[in-house]
Amino acid sequence: MHINWEHVLTIFIASALINNFVFSRYLGLCIFFGVTKRMETAVGMSFTFTAVMLVGAALNWLIYTYVMVPYQLGFLKIVIFIGVVAAFVQAADTMMKKMTPALYYKLGIYLALIVTNCIILAVPLINADEHYGLFESMALALGSGLGFSLALIIMASIREKLELADVPKSFQGLPISFVLTGLIALAFLGFSGMITL
Amino acid sequence: MTNTNYGTIFKNGIFGENPVFRLALSLCPAVAVTSGVKNGFLMGVAVLFVMTMVNATVSLIRNFINPKVRIPSYMFIIATWVTVTDQVMAATQRAVYKDMGLYIMLIVAFAIVLSRAEMFASRNKLLPSIVDGASMGLGFLLALVLLGIFREFLGKGSLWGHQILVVDGKAVKPLLIMILPTGGFFAMGFMMGFLNWIDRKFFGGTGSGGGAH
Repeated sequence: MHINWEHVLTIFIASALINNFVFSRYLGLCIFFGVTKRMETAVGMSFTFTAVMLVGAALNWLIYTYVMVPYQLGFLKIVIFIGVVAAFVQAADTMMKKMTPALYYKLGIYLALIVTNCIILAVPLINADEHYGLFESMALALGSGLGFSLALIIMASIREKLELADVPKSFQGLPISFVLTGLIALAFLGFSGMITL
Repeated sequence: MTNTNYGTIFKNGIFGENPVFRLALSLCPAVAVTSGVKNGFLMGVAVLFVMTMVNATVSLIRNFINPKVRIPSYMFIIATWVTVTDQVMAATQRAVYKDMGLYIMLIVAFAIVLSRAEMFASRNKLLPSIVDGASMGLGFLLALVLLGIFREFLGKGSLWGHQILVVDGKAVKPLLIMILPTGGFFAMGFMMGFLNWIDRKFFGGTGSGGGAH
């Protein structure tokens, strides 16, 4: 099988910076605003997220390419992808609890949050729509995961400082976080046009 | 709930627990598809349909589902109805679908749909469940249209694709930034802050909409 490594690298960089899930595709906002109050949770979430995304994308790619395409089940992709992700996350949860209880205490609660997250589901859906190969799918998953981690860590560090700021009462909490995200998105706009897909 | 008051359920869905502005759930599409009124409206209709049908289905089969597997069962019901919506949209609204097909598919991951199925439809009869799903969906639709009007008017000077702001025969685009990603976040933040302010000023509320995060 011929692999176009240049294309793989392009997808990786584009998904991490230019089409950053939070700042230009507006996905995963619930978690983005939910876990960025503290740096520690943001970092924990980043690790869990990237790992689940990679495995989820690989599993879904295998199922899509070897089961759904040959039997023309493409229209069932929403139902099947969410089932696969939910089953995998549940399995990971159970295995972590048995094998590495220490890690489970740290990251377990994030796993539960991940199941119905839109980014986890968006990656296989985009892979299926674009007919990406295995390496391209993995590049998209890894790039998106790292891009999301970057977003979480930037936001968490700003919000920790925000605790000390004097925000108008009506804007406290979520509204001011939205305005902040808008400003970061403005900065990320600078990446657009760096690479054209 | 023995004494079902439809008016209360209805008001609750649109104002009291408005999915976007008060509960701050399902924010992704609220920011993503509201660069135009039309997209926001169609997305709202899709969500309205899915929520009504999911609530109805869950309510009908609530006595046959083992409580242990209820969440996975709800997920599959939601996924089924989203697939239906997705296929209908893809067939009838081709131009719009190209922009927001991904977001239509991702209705399946909406916290609001699952939470209404779990909190309301699984405990109530068919009719109240339908009213609850429809009014929650309508609350979502209204929020999306409101954001869409705000952003499209400021960003393009138009509404529903019709140019409104015209000076000397030329279309005026007051604030292009409002239709970019940045504008979506700004619009959302300011709208939420404004509604909190109204709530505090005129209704004596705590004004902490979306403060849960």
